[in-house]
Amino acid sequence: MAELEAVIGLEIHVQLATRTKMFCGCELSFGEEPNVHTCPVCLAHPGVLPVVNEQAIRYALQIAAALECEVAARSIFHRKNYFYPDSPKAYQISQYDIPIAGAGRLGDVRIHRAHLEEDAAKMIHVGESGRIHGSGASLVDFNRGGTPLVEIVTEPDLRGADEAAAWARLLRETVRQLEVSDVNMEEGSLRVDANVSVRPAGSEGLGTKTELKNMNSFRFLERGIEAELARQREIVESGGAVVQETLHFHPEDGTLHPLRSKEEAHDYRYFPEPDLVPIAPSEEMLREARESLPELPAARAARYEGMGLAEDVAALLAADPPTAEYFERTAGAAAGVEPRVVANWVTGELAAALRQGGGEAGAAESRVEPAALAALVTMAAEKKVSHGSAKQVLATMVAEGGDPGEIVEREGLGQMSSDSGELEAIVAAAVESNPEAVEQIRAGNGKAIGAIVGAVMKETKGRADGGEVNRLIREQLGL
Amino acid sequence: MAELVALTVAAAAARIEAGEISRAEYAEAWHEAAGADALNAYLWRPDSPPDGIPVAVKDIFCVEGVPTTAGSRILEGYEPPYTATAVRKLAEAGFDNLGKTNMDEFAMGSSNENSAYGPALNPWDRSRVPGGSSGGSAAVVAGGLAPCAIGTDTGGSIRQPASLCGIVGLKPTYGAISRYGMIAFASSLDQCGPLTRDVTDAALLLGALQGRDPCDSTSIGLPEAPRPPEREDLGGLRFAVPAELSRDAIEPGVREVFEATLARIEELGGELAEAPLPHAEHGISAYYVIAPAEASSNLARYDGVRYGMRAESSGDVIEMYERTRAEGFGPEVKRRIMLGTYALSSGYYEAYYGQAQKVRTKIAGDFAAAFAEFDFVVTPTSPSVAFGLGEKTADPLAMYLNDFFTVPMSLAGIPAISIPAGLAEPPGGGPRLPVGFQIAAPAFGEQKLLDAAYALEQAIAFDAKPSGAPYARMDGTKRTGTGGQGDG
Repeated sequence: MAELEAVIGLEIHVQLATRTKMFCGCELSFGEEPNVHTCPVCLAHPGVLPVVNEQAIRYALQIAAALECEVAARSIFHRKNYFYPDSPKAYQISQYDIPIAGAGRLGDVRIHRAHLEEDAAKMIHVGESGRIHGSGASLVDFNRGGTPLVEIVTEPDLRGADEAAAWARLLRETVRQLEVSDVNMEEGSLRVDANVSVRPAGSEGLGTKTELKNMNSFRFLERGIEAELARQREIVESGGAVVQETLHFHPEDGTLHPLRSKEEAHDYRYFPEPDLVPIAPSEEMLREARESLPELPAARAARYEGMGLAEDVAALLAADPPTAEYFERTAGAAAGVEPRVVANWVTGELAAALRQGGGEAGAAESRVEPAALAALVTMAAEKKVSHGSAKQVLATMVAEGGDPGEIVEREGLGQMSSDSGELEAIVAAAVESNPEAVEQIRAGNGKAIGAIVGAVMKETKGRADGGEVNRLIREQLGL
Repeated sequence: MAELVALTVAAAAARIEAGEISRAEYAEAWHEAAGADALNAYLWRPDSPPDGIPVAVKDIFCVEGVPTTAGSRILEGYEPPYTATAVRKLAEAGFDNLGKTNMDEFAMGSSNENSAYGPALNPWDRSRVPGGSSGGSAAVVAGGLAPCAIGTDTGGSIRQPASLCGIVGLKPTYGAISRYGMIAFASSLDQCGPLTRDVTDAALLLGALQGRDPCDSTSIGLPEAPRPPEREDLGGLRFAVPAELSRDAIEPGVREVFEATLARIEELGGELAEAPLPHAEHGISAYYVIAPAEASSNLARYDGVRYGMRAESSGDVIEMYERTRAEGFGPEVKRRIMLGTYALSSGYYEAYYGQAQKVRTKIAGDFAAAFAEFDFVVTPTSPSVAFGLGEKTADPLAMYLNDFFTVPMSLAGIPAISIPAGLAEPPGGGPRLPVGFQIAAPAFGEQKLLDAAYALEQAIAFDAKPSGAPYARMDGTKRTGTGGQGDG
């Protein structure tokens, strides 16, 4: 049998961080006393009517612009009918055949569509099952009911659990940088469901898919997809057939369980929502959405790679705009140094020094000014200070701020140059006091030189340049 | 008191304005008159007189703290936490609630017999229906229990009861009046409107009610505030008589009054011509797909969870839903929920809902074509005079055909008014009963419609009223004809 290939598409629900709900004036909230942010509209009293939140449309247009989606000139709302206590109208106002945003792309993954809808209320099931069936009682908190959502649906372009999780992270960063959502998976402001299937590698058709829900972290997303792919591969390889169903991820043990069919078998009876008029964004709204876009992670990462940064460093910086901007200011001030080197300092040594300093602050909020870091990086590149000494200076800068040149001067950390003869003397002493190492070196064990280098470094407190020390040792041994 | 309740709303308002009568006295007189309701027309009345010009309000409008049932058991005990925009606007214009009127459950019906609280009775003959669904609102105005009322019209629910009770009923253009707080039956068709003794009062109420409402995205309001209608003749106006809407199933008495009214239009200088509305006869079929489809969704919220009645249930939430809805809804509501659910079901949507929407578009196109040549389209309002209680309850289809003449205008979203045009003997014999005449105009053509209806009203000078009704039809000064005679 041909190898089985994973085919994965994602459906992402993004709660919009508008001030008020999608169709009424109630404020959005999280973690407040239940049912305090409600009104006749979001409780579906008789006679009430929805009114669309204009800010939600603007946010949806920003997301559409960021995902390079086509925007519908006139999109309409539909009613999705189902009975469940989390849906007080017994229908969800959503978009169906004409969503606000059509085909788009983020990175290598095609976007199928993105549409506006309202979130359901939150159900709390009392009892052991944690689900409505078998619970002693169910409580409904309507605070969340009616929160604006954008649902983003990808094409089935992802080929592995790790790839899916990585892309979902890119999407989260992208949406976060638009500042239209808190994108917090634990709090549910970002929810990712996965449609998973397998097929013989190289074939064009799609296998029967299952829908995976309730994976409220990227780790769970990856684990859930992995587990499901393994399950499907086993079924298919043993000649069985995958059954289309919705599976619920259990974070306690990483297992997947089907939802009971009674909760799932719906005919939603979609029809156009007669209480709302079509959304027809004006040219001005479209332009504002486009112009409001910051440089998004994918574009920024590509630009950094063009500057010579490694792929992982570029992605790391692109996901963290304040640090990315810090990097750019530092690189700008360190004219003679390659950006790649500056980036490594920012994401490597500086990040480590900040962690070691115990602070929560990122580079941008630290005491280390970009110009100061640039000066230090330049000194290191010009070998005016050894790499080890530079790290010491950086630790001081993280703790106190200040100018690296002054710190080097004050603490006597300037690179010990061979010109003065001081370093030669120290090297000679080290060679003398390590006869065993010398013997080994002469016997052809090149690695033994490390012991002598270490002794020199210890004596010079790291102020010597490693390469120079090496050269001097070899010179003195006549190698 | 008899003198006060004899006045039309416009006349009373003028006298209050002039200081000739006191507003409190006027309100008190109506509070007392309404208290003598022997028609089961009111479902709720306040303990004290209204603080303003009294208006009876169909029990489909939410009023904060006032029981609001929409004629259904499922909303028994429900007191809304907010007030409908229409009622709020009336209050801003100086009106106050005289009482909540009886109606067919969730506005589904043409006879008021679908009310969970028993039917309102026709003041002309208490063995007959007042029409529906705004039957209570029509009965209180015709029976002298209110000076004016508001109702809702989805497929004829203002015009048909107005016709059967011998009063004026106006269904404005869809979007002229906010639907916020008006309990939804079929959202794309529902429209609030006045039921009044004469056309002038209809214009007065329309002026108070109309306007764009930020709480209703589908509301637009009228291009201009309506003025009191004034027109003496119909010279230069062209009236289309659609052949498709006048040929079948009309009672002979109704046909006679209709033809006499056409003759009167010509006497007033109006031009008549037959005009095709080729798709209008499919209106009922389309309507009875679209309205139940929307209703099936609109009524899904009545589940016993948050308000209204909840059936006793020892089972799970699904069982509680099912019992509550089984006990809370009446048979007609259940029938339409089932029809609508079916029409929207996967695999049937295109054949039913999709097709019905196409018919709706065609009907709107027919009217647009007619209005390119004509100012108005006229028909009888109802194919029959008021029928007996229980006469049509066993045959839903016969009941649905009551809306034959009114549904096409609802589907097209255009304004239409029913004015009393005369009296006719019912098919089985008996005292003569009122017959309504319907005039429809292009969308937002309310002013023109009211002006023409006023001219015709003056010429017809319908002065009949139910026996014992404590008012005169008209002030007598402008009477030029004798369209109706005697007490019914």
